Parts: sequence; C-alpha cells; structure tokens
Amino acid sequence: MKDQNLYNYVLQHADSSLILGQRLAEWCGHGPILEQDIAMSNISLDLIGQCRMWYQYAAEIQDEGKSEDEIVAFRDAWDYRNVQLVEQPNGDFAQTIFRQFLFDTYSVHFYEMLINSKDERLAAIAGKSHKEALYHVKWSGDWVIRLGDGTEESHDRMKAAIDELWSYSGELTKPNETETKAFEEGYGVNLAALKEKRDAKIREILTEATLEVPESTYTHEGGKDGRHTEHLGYILSDLQFLQRAYPGQEW
Amino acid sequence: MSEERTNTNQLINQSTIYQILENVTDPEIPVISVTDLGIVRDVLITDDFVEVIITPTYSGCPAMLEIEKDIHNALKKEGIDHFKITTVLSPAWTTEWMTEEGKQKLKAYGIAPPNPTNPEDIECPQCGSKNTQLLSEFGSTACKSLFKCNDCLEPFDYFKCH
Ligand SMILES: [Zn+2]
Repeated sequence: MKDQNLYNYVLQHADSSLILGQRLAEWCGHGPILEQDIAMSNISLDLIGQCRMWYQYAAEIQDEGKSEDEIVAFRDAWDYRNVQLVEQPNGDFAQTIFRQFLFDTYSVHFYEMLINSKDERLAAIAGKSHKEALYHVKWSGDWVIRLGDGTEESHDRMKAAIDELWSYSGELTKPNETETKAFEEGYGVNLAALKEKRDAKIREILTEATLEVPESTYTHEGGKDGRHTEHLGYILSDLQFLQRAYPGQEW
Repeated sequence: MSEERTNTNQLINQSTIYQILENVTDPEIPVISVTDLGIVRDVLITDDFVEVIITPTYSGCPAMLEIEKDIHNALKKEGIDHFKITTVLSPAWTTEWMTEEGKQKLKAYGIAPPNPTNPEDIECPQCGSKNTQLLSEFGSTACKSLFKCNDCLEPFDYFKCH
C-alpha cells in the first residue's frame, strides 16, 4: 500500500457515510409522513453516493485489485472505522433527527474545509459532497427547531434524543492519530478549527429550538480505530448478507 | 454497412458526437438530454478514438449508471466503436450548466426550472403564478424539491439549484 495513513483517513469517512446511509435507509417506507420518508431516503442515497467516491479512492490507494464492494462486504466490525454516533439505532424520529444533526453539522464544515486539501482527489470529493451536505444540515437543523420549539411532547422527545446521543458527538471532532497526521501532512482537515465552527452552529440551532446545550464534554470514542458498540455487528450482518452469500455482486 | 460511420472514416468530429449525445435523455426526466443538463463536460477526439467526459449530478443519483449505459449504446448504435466514457468529479456539477433550452423543456414538462437569481421566487409551471410554497426540500428524485401552487392548487416539482 502506498500510504497507509491516507487509506485509513479515507476509510474512516467512507465508513461513516455508509453506515449512516444504511441506518437512514431503514426508515424507507416507515417515515412519519410521506415527504419526510422521501427526505430520509434522499439523504441516505446522497450518503451512499458519497461513500462510493471514498471507497473507490480507498481501493486505488490500497492497490490490491479489490473493488469498492469487496472493501465494504468483506471486513468485520473491528475493521470498520466509522464514528460510533452513526451506528446508534434510529430510535424515534427525534433521535434520528438529532443523530443526523450532529453528523451534518460536522460534515458540512468538514467538506467545506476539505475543499482546500492538497490531495486533489479529496478536494474533488469534498466539492461534490459539500453541496449536498448543505441541504442535509438545513433539513436536520430545521427539524431540531421544529420539534424542540413545537409541542410539549415533541420538545420532550428532542430533549430525550439529546440525552441519548450527546456523548457520541465529541468523537467527530476529537482527532485520532490518523487525523492528526493527515492534517500535518496537508491533506486532512484541522479538527480544532472545525470544532469551533460546529459548536457555534449547534449552539445557534439548539437555542432557537428552545433546547439546552448539555454541559458535559464526555465523549465515547474509538470507532475511528475500530472499537464499536454492539449495534455495528447487526448492521453489518444485514448490509453484508448478499455479498457474503453470493460473492462478486456489483452495485 | 456502407452507410455506417466508423471512427476511421474521418466523418467523426466533435459536433457529430454532440449530435448523438443530444438525443440521450435523462431516464428520470425523459424530455431533457444529457447535453441540456450540462453533465457532458467535454468530447475529446484523437485519431480514431473518442473520449466523452461526464460529471455526476448528485453523488447518489441512481440515474448516472443508466445515463452512462445510454451514452454507450447511443454511440455504438451510430457506429462509434472506439470510445470511452470518463467520469470526473471536479469541478462539481452545478445547475448553472443547464442550457436555457433545457430549462424551457423542463417547464413545458411541468417541472419548475432552477432559479438561481431568486430561489424563493418559484413560478408554478402549470399556471405561471408566483404564489407558491415549498412543501419539502426533498422530492421524488435527488435533484428536485416539492412545491405547491397556492392559486391553481397543483403540486409540482422544482428542479433545485445545486
Ligand atoms: Zn399554479
């Protein structure tokens, strides 16, 4: 492999997009109303489209003749590098919205900054994905406001979602070794700068939604290095079934 | 077979290829062609080899695979055998590359075309009223959002700016 660190960096982002896309796809046909069912399927498609760009690049860096499908289908949970947030269950609509909001506030700034990567391929993926992330964060942010500043019940459910997921938020902006090195080498994003922008956005939206920003800064971590909650294994058993049963299928 | 053009008989130039591509339509919006959409970025011809360069609209757009196949089949049908279709990501596709003709075709088909100057001001493609409202940012495909006309009360798709 040409560059192990670049490979890991690419894989981390590929995996997070894939797993969140898969989670959102679970809503297909079960959304609270038709328009929002469609919205979640659309966002899921965007994320899966984005992860394909990442996996195709990963396959090239790896240079072992493996396809994007093989990278997805034939790794076990400990080789997946997604953040733990995205593997958390859908819960109710509020929980799905808040998980999405935590991810979108990260990814919109991540792609915005990655456009300046000195790695041209990463910059191209970012340019494409950033436009989509702008729509995503608008959607999830609007729903956080609508539910938080809605009825007593919707407010309580948003509050419960925040309590449930807040401790998975910090992993997104807490650099692991891969990300630190990627930043030092000029192709990765400065997560400290990203965190500032993201925190401000979260505060702005939660305030408008009449919700409190939790004070706790404790965060679960390790997903980016292959340590996962129990949920990932179940997702993979669904996601990988076809390729494991009938290897060699294509998208 | 004498009428069939081949890559070697010098009849192939950029405009022949563009003419072929003008008849390849979007599988989800069959009135608009791939050239109207602005996803054909370039056509390169070297000796007897044609390279068509395209860029995806949305990263998750399932139509892209179909479009690539359709371009492939259209070229083959016209006797072009030596070609490849290359997908580039950068610069990222924007609705600003959609042709004026393409926008008119969309409108006639009942889809409000992208309006970059005033995205708040979307005209109903049925009755022309500007008294319209957004129902959902996400519509039947990744490129569209869902609107409603407050005058004729018809719902309609809006091809959103990207
Ligand atoms: Zn109308």
